[in-house]
Amino acid sequence: MTDQSEPRNVIIIGSGPAGYTAAVYAARASLAPLVFEGSVTAGGALMNTTEVENFPGFRDGIMGPELMENMRAQAERFGAELVPDDVIEVDLTGEVKKVVTYGGTFYAKAVILAMGSGYKKLGLPNEDALSGKGVSWCATCDGFFFREQHIAVVGGGDSAVEEATFLTRFGSKVSLIVRRDELRASKIMQERAFADPKLDIEWNSVVESVNGDGRLESVTLKDTVTGETRELPSTGLFIAIGHEPRSELLAGQVDLDAEGYVLTHAGSTATNVRGVFASGDLVDHTYRQAITAAGSGCAAALDAERYLALLEHQAASARHTDSVAEADAAFAQA
Amino acid sequence: MADNISAVTDAEFDSAVLKSDKPVLVDFWAEWCGPCKQVAPILDEIAGEHGDKVTFLKMNVDENPVTPSNYRVTGIPTINVYQGGEVVKSIVGARPKAAILNELSDFINA
Repeated sequence: MTDQSEPRNVIIIGSGPAGYTAAVYAARASLAPLVFEGSVTAGGALMNTTEVENFPGFRDGIMGPELMENMRAQAERFGAELVPDDVIEVDLTGEVKKVVTYGGTFYAKAVILAMGSGYKKLGLPNEDALSGKGVSWCATCDGFFFREQHIAVVGGGDSAVEEATFLTRFGSKVSLIVRRDELRASKIMQERAFADPKLDIEWNSVVESVNGDGRLESVTLKDTVTGETRELPSTGLFIAIGHEPRSELLAGQVDLDAEGYVLTHAGSTATNVRGVFASGDLVDHTYRQAITAAGSGCAAALDAERYLALLEHQAASARHTDSVAEADAAFAQA
Repeated sequence: MADNISAVTDAEFDSAVLKSDKPVLVDFWAEWCGPCKQVAPILDEIAGEHGDKVTFLKMNVDENPVTPSNYRVTGIPTINVYQGGEVVKSIVGARPKAAILNELSDFINA
């Protein structure tokens, strides 16, 4: 790929439900969007899930990766240019936005940000060293390695409960470590967890340390009420304590909140920078669903389309003003 | 997709990997692992570019239980480089191409 100095209409960064939906809308509006999908993150967070039961229109559910493959194909059908490359630098401040990937430098009049979020870590000393040695963020990938072993899952939301129930297929026992005395997960997920004979819940508990030399052996839990610590023998720990927005590239260019989420104007996907729109989990503290991400990706494409139309309109009236001025000048000379 | 990476099994591991004169990269993967599928085309590209210096192989952990267990693979994708019968590099989790090339620089730029 080479440098392309003629700016495109729109570049979309990210390829989860937000990015691909923005691509479908922008492509159908004949904006020929260029989408940087990410080299290993293409498809976004749903690529690592199993069954998605709550995406409207799929009566019997659909597998996460299949849903994403469908969205991708839909965007491609309407002419979106999809590139599995990583964006390493952006300059969004000017009228023409610059996006640098490993493969080249690209320019566009509008940019839609849809980089989503990444897994949050516990922030414990041994966590990185034991990653892939018992500590994991992907139940569908790694559950298989813990057959007939005691597995622990940290977190109290839908993803934690989904992972814990999924992991009961493999583990002899699954312990769900929950900070409070209740689950944040939806009612249906809670009922599934409570009904599962292989699943125990460790209430009011946080992980104080992950222990083992070259391989996870146990997890130390601290009771959030009494402050007492106890040892949970476990060879697999799956961390599902939420996500962090992937906004590192944007620091200093687009307004972010204290947690790193991109700030948008109320009722819009517009950021504080003209021509830059943000959507999906990159923006969303609250809902974080495939369908809300898709909805905001759609909104970002419509906002970008309106912005490009406005630019076009301004350019046309400027041309008009210029030609009137030229005519006046010609008339004066005559 | 070009296929620059051959499969290796538990039975072949000793002769194909541990006794190899060249460094051997082994990608431990499985059908049900999303990140494995994302990193596979990247490794295939790297194999196409640097296959002369390093032998690139892949092992399906579902069909080959012995080797992953011997090397304590409990997270995939795991990408191990073997040299002289020993693991000299281990990369866990999918990474962008540039990051993998960087991890492999000792072997491919030698």
